[in-house]
Amino acid sequence: MHAEAVAGVVDRVINRYRRDPTCMLQILREVQEACDWIPPEAIDRMQAMLGVPRTKIEGVAGFYSFIYTEPRGKYRVLFSDNITDRMQGNRALMERLCNNLWVERGKVSEDGLVSVGKTACTGLCDQGPGMLVNNYAIGGLSLERIDEIAELIRNKVPLADWPAAYFKIEDNIRRADILLNADFKPGEALLAARARAPSDGLNASNMRSWREGLPSGIGGPGATLDEIKRSGLRGRGGAGFTTGLKWEACRNAQLKAGHQRVVVCNADEGEPGTFKDRVLLSKCPDLVFEGMTVAAYAIGATRGFVYLRGEYRYLLDHLNAVLANRRRQNLLGKDICGLPGADFDIEIHVGAGAYVCGEESALIESLEGKRGTPRNRPPFPVTNGYLDQPTIVNNVETFAAAALIALNGGEWYAGIGTKQSAGTKIISVSGDCERPGIYEYPFGVSIRQVLEDCGATDTQAVQVSGPSGICVAEDEFDRIIGFEDIPTAGAFTIFNKSRDMFEVARNYVHFFQHESCGFCTPCRVGTSLLKNLMDKLHYGSGSPYDFAEIEKLNQLLQSMSHCGLGHTACNPVLDTIAKFRPAYDKRMMQQDFTPAFDLDRELSSARQMTGRDDAGAHLATEHGGQS
Amino acid sequence: MSYTFTLDGKVIPFVDGQTIIQAASAAGVFIPHLCYHPEFKPHGSCKLCTVKVNGRHTASCTMRAAPGMVVESETEEINAERRALTQMLFVEGNHFCPSCEKSGNCQLQATAYHLGMMSAHYDHFFPNRAVDASHPEALLDFNRCILCSLCVRASRDVDGKNVFGLSGRGIKTHLIVNAKSGRLADTDFTLADKAAQVCPVGVILKKRQGFAVPIGERKYDKAPISQTAETTEGR
Repeated sequence: MHAEAVAGVVDRVINRYRRDPTCMLQILREVQEACDWIPPEAIDRMQAMLGVPRTKIEGVAGFYSFIYTEPRGKYRVLFSDNITDRMQGNRALMERLCNNLWVERGKVSEDGLVSVGKTACTGLCDQGPGMLVNNYAIGGLSLERIDEIAELIRNKVPLADWPAAYFKIEDNIRRADILLNADFKPGEALLAARARAPSDGLNASNMRSWREGLPSGIGGPGATLDEIKRSGLRGRGGAGFTTGLKWEACRNAQLKAGHQRVVVCNADEGEPGTFKDRVLLSKCPDLVFEGMTVAAYAIGATRGFVYLRGEYRYLLDHLNAVLANRRRQNLLGKDICGLPGADFDIEIHVGAGAYVCGEESALIESLEGKRGTPRNRPPFPVTNGYLDQPTIVNNVETFAAAALIALNGGEWYAGIGTKQSAGTKIISVSGDCERPGIYEYPFGVSIRQVLEDCGATDTQAVQVSGPSGICVAEDEFDRIIGFEDIPTAGAFTIFNKSRDMFEVARNYVHFFQHESCGFCTPCRVGTSLLKNLMDKLHYGSGSPYDFAEIEKLNQLLQSMSHCGLGHTACNPVLDTIAKFRPAYDKRMMQQDFTPAFDLDRELSSARQMTGRDDAGAHLATEHGGQS
Repeated sequence: MSYTFTLDGKVIPFVDGQTIIQAASAAGVFIPHLCYHPEFKPHGSCKLCTVKVNGRHTASCTMRAAPGMVVESETEEINAERRALTQMLFVEGNHFCPSCEKSGNCQLQATAYHLGMMSAHYDHFFPNRAVDASHPEALLDFNRCILCSLCVRASRDVDGKNVFGLSGRGIKTHLIVNAKSGRLADTDFTLADKAAQVCPVGVILKKRQGFAVPIGERKYDKAPISQTAETTEGR
């Protein structure tokens, strides 16, 4: 692409984003959609038009996996590399595509046409193996489909002309409850919230409450907040903070001049094995947007964001259409539902392949167009969030639940689930079972029940809540999903007895190493050391010494790390050591220390260069593992 | 208003808004640190200054002091953790103290001595980082960068130039300079910049000055870092 053409693209995109540097990531993403990468000329132009230093633009571009400052090919293929994708044979498929296209993994083909690599879980575990082509998701890969895709790429068929069936992502809802069964009409929850306020209170609220705290129960916003508190709703992102308290703290936070309150929907669902937010956004976007609007009404916010993970780029146009429709129906915009002063609108920002942005303060940094590094806390987002304004960040599922609470009342909601865990939980089920997909249960359901319902047999372990969660063995299957026992963001990854739990943990450790933001020393270096130790065990050079090192690293990561990523990075390893020790023991060829260096393995690049891989090209070793 | 908290049993006075490390420094108590510098906004990334506050680990450079806090710092447990972090920084980059021009003036080296670090312990990563010698006055040896971002903050907040920035992610995080070529010579950097003076290790080096002061007579050769005034200067 010529420099002038690039400048034209950049101008168009930047003007659409009001020349606003806080939209830097969105601008980079859209420029890349037009140019296939971010050429230096594009950065020149951004620098001039946005008035920001080059270091800032390159710093942001360099942080996100899906932004490329070097050419990556017209077709950028990324295979999902979650453990479930591996179990479904993604490696062989990737090799097949590379062979078909005569391209090396991780490199760009010599004609610049295509690059093939891997990425973290794409959220298609119930219909894997999955891949992204230029950030558009394709599920259900098979050898036939891979051959077809190679043909399409070779013939340079534009992505828009590929068979639509490839891009069809299924919802796979297997069990629905109040959320997924909701017979919900857009606007209902807002009208119910409005009706709940006494008429004199409504007036009072219209006069002064939109931006100010009001005594409990007086006025529409106060009544809505009371219902949320009464419901006992806790955040569905995993941590389980009480939603009512969060909203109240934000509403009570002082506003500085020119500031407004902000509602953020965290749709950066990056935890491997989780895909329930994808289904909620695809099946009931109105419920989610209405929940955000209810929140805005309750706390007095005027601006809303959905932070949508880059892997769900394919949902963007549909979601924007739903938003446009809501604006037409006066469910967004000015004086929503005829309530004077109730002004609120929602903008969607799309991520670009950084798991850490699911952490709320990193998400806010990313929304501001920066590197997604978690902030120092306190202060917390409820008082100093987006552009230093009071901000609530809630999960997609939390907002969907909030809409139903506004509609049906807090008492109704509190009556579902258990004492400490009100309501229902949507679980993304994948791995070794007959019916992977989405299951919504009232809180308190046992792991055994879920396993039965999804047709899992011969189960060895379940990883609940993804790698940062807990690995549960057979003797714990009667434990329940709920904040009183096993809290979860919703992932349920099932492993039958044929699976090697060491390799499961190793896959997760690679994930954390790749996704560490690099800000703090313990996580940046510690996850890399941990990965090297797990690889050392994999290659057969493990010893009890390495176990001790892993335990020490875990302590260090837990006590010194800046954020939750570092705190939990060792969890899968420690859980599997504790519960599946034989998987580790069988890799212990040595009882004493063994160095990681393996002469034969070091010769692999020489073998590749010479094209030789016969027995004579190998050094005999006692414990050669395979890569 | 003036209050107090205790640090390893010692009563430390502080005023509103002070962080733990600020109050401790003012009281003459040393807490190891690398990314913290009294003249700049705290960053909280190296984690060397981590202490236990009421039993919980937290970085003392970002944590505001509060009345009655019970802070632990010089304990065997915390120093062992700090030592491990220092070892991590040593294996992450390429640090060859005996041949480094900054030896004796280097905070990383002095901190390692302070913490009794006897070996790197972990396997070295041996990253491949090219040196940038393009600038007439200064040399950038990225091999020693510990990503403290002091040069980034100094250039942005004091010099108003934004010569430095961080790019990449995770273990691939790296220092960049503000030029399309990526070379320091093509920026407006000068030795008069604050950014030229804050590097706690040997990344930003003044040319033709190497070994002007012999090793053995340098800052931390004379007194350990725990007894040296709160500054990162000293070449």
